[in-house]
Amino acid sequence: MLPDGSGYFGNYGGRFVPETLMPVLGELTDAYTKAKADAAFWVEFDRLSRDYSGRPTPLFFAEQLTKNGGGARIFLKREDLAHTGAHKINNALGQGLLARRMGKQRIIAETGAGQHGVATAAVCSMLGMECIVYMGKEDVRRQSLNVFRMKLMDAEVRPVASGSGTLKDAINEAIRDWVTNARDTYYLLGSVVGPHPYPMMVRDFQQVIGKEARQQIQDQFGRLPDYVVACIGGGSNAMGIFYPFLDDRGVRLVGVEAAGRGLATGEHAATLVAGNIGVLHGAKSYVLQDHSGQIKEAHSISAGLDYPGVGPEHSYLKDIRRVTYVGVNDQEALEGFQLLCHTEGITPALESAHAIFYAVRLAGSLEKKQIVIINLSGRGDKDMGIVADALKVKL
Amino acid sequence: MSRLASSFKPPAGKALIGYITVGYPDIKTTLEVVPLLAKCGCDIVELGIPFSDPLADGVTIQKSSFRALQNGVTPKICLEIARQLRQKVDIPLVFMSYFNPVLSYGLTEFVTDCIRSGIDGLIIPDLPPEEGVELEVITRQRGLDLIYLLAPTSTESRIRLVAEKSLGFLYLVSVAGVTGTRSRLPADLAGFVARVRTVAKQPLCIGFGISTAAQAKQAARIADGVIVGSRFIQLMKTGNLDAVAVFAKSLRYALDEVPRLTLKK
Repeated sequence: MLPDGSGYFGNYGGRFVPETLMPVLGELTDAYTKAKADAAFWVEFDRLSRDYSGRPTPLFFAEQLTKNGGGARIFLKREDLAHTGAHKINNALGQGLLARRMGKQRIIAETGAGQHGVATAAVCSMLGMECIVYMGKEDVRRQSLNVFRMKLMDAEVRPVASGSGTLKDAINEAIRDWVTNARDTYYLLGSVVGPHPYPMMVRDFQQVIGKEARQQIQDQFGRLPDYVVACIGGGSNAMGIFYPFLDDRGVRLVGVEAAGRGLATGEHAATLVAGNIGVLHGAKSYVLQDHSGQIKEAHSISAGLDYPGVGPEHSYLKDIRRVTYVGVNDQEALEGFQLLCHTEGITPALESAHAIFYAVRLAGSLEKKQIVIINLSGRGDKDMGIVADALKVKL
Repeated sequence: MSRLASSFKPPAGKALIGYITVGYPDIKTTLEVVPLLAKCGCDIVELGIPFSDPLADGVTIQKSSFRALQNGVTPKICLEIARQLRQKVDIPLVFMSYFNPVLSYGLTEFVTDCIRSGIDGLIIPDLPPEEGVELEVITRQRGLDLIYLLAPTSTESRIRLVAEKSLGFLYLVSVAGVTGTRSRLPADLAGFVARVRTVAKQPLCIGFGISTAAQAKQAARIADGVIVGSRFIQLMKTGNLDAVAVFAKSLRYALDEVPRLTLKK
């Protein structure tokens, strides 16, 4: 069972944080371990997942998309239909319930595209907790709709101007807040990144995606899929859908990173494809860095993938070759985005559009009897402005 | 005894430790300010290696790091600057770096080059002892002091762990938070220091949030040394070092007024 007692997945993970946070992470691990063993905690999680988040989300046979691909049957795991529009609600709900159990009233979070911020704001609103969301200045600009949604749910959104003004800087600022207010504040981290126990805990709350998908495909088809494809920024939706399939050796898993303007330009967010080993935000993992160990700014058309790090468990899965990691660039993601609108009348998040582009091409190279599941991690309403700009359409 | 440890040995007074970011506002200033700090009464100087994501630092040091990176400062350049400074000053020089630049340089190579450049110790704010095992072996072999930190949130068992491992001195973070000037020291500081003192044999130095002579004096009453960073960085902004000298001297005078002999025998 990974991670080990020190929070390592093979060589990756751990706790590279200031001393101030070490005791706090210890408490958090203890609290989570107890909650995990408590059936009542999961009864509550399952109840709210059903009645609040709308789980289970459907597994949809995308017939037109399949025709377009011209090969394997393509299924979409519809996380876009979950409350607040993405898989992020699963983790926000789980950690929100944990924070309540721990008696913490002040919740802080970081957000890139705003999906995790919105999910956290929603859960805090529902559970009656204070919510502060750190968001890069650049992301505040390009995801203004989500900023407004968070504010409507009484969250305070704090723009972060340092660095590139994106997700990496929002996490830095959230950690600074946490270091300062460690005693009464719960840091509701939104992906499978950060110091132990976050990568484990976020994975555990997200694996509901894979568990459902694994059951649904067997119910519908009587067998497991040949491929599962998901996009990767920090890697939480991918970890969530991959995890329950890890022991199914016949199921190939593909993680799709953002190749941005192209791997050769250096302007991308393909950490596993093009990065190397380093330490960022409390964990050892693959990172994008220069020759002197400075973290590089990532680039992606999708704010949710725009991150120069990745969860340590993905680094481990790359090294043991259980998961294949590939890159899809901005232009290709836009194609994937439009393709799903045309074929199925579904507007995907730009993040998920990376997985769609790759999976459709993959399906085309496979036989008709084979099955590909795409994790449609979120819906694209938030991206309308960006897509319109990219397509040179005036709204 | 290491150069670092001997600077706390009686009859030495309370240690004044100054922090500067290497290459802020430029490299020329770094080469001038360290000898000046030594002349004005600093017993140890911490040389900050700039990092892109300094998550334990407040706004002042974030900005100085950013500026230093814009000036093209790398760990390699910091080592070269340290080598030049070592020819100018005798006081211990300590590197403060986040872990990733050190990891990227190569742990063994970095420690070896530190020794070559005359560096005495290493402070890595995002490397708790649990993650420092490999680096510890290398630093011990080569005689570089790896200095660990404790915080007001540290439990008794963590205090014991860190006290067992830290060499040179123990860095006590005065307050749960990031670096930067604050209007007052936390009320429970004496209690925290006392908790550590019962366990630790090393000299105890207090840092984070100390920016005036009065605060330095207050901290020195309970500790063996005082670390001042952000205030120096603020004063260096223009590159005119007169104010830095005046401030360093005022800290020195303040510390010299505090009775000695808090070190355990």
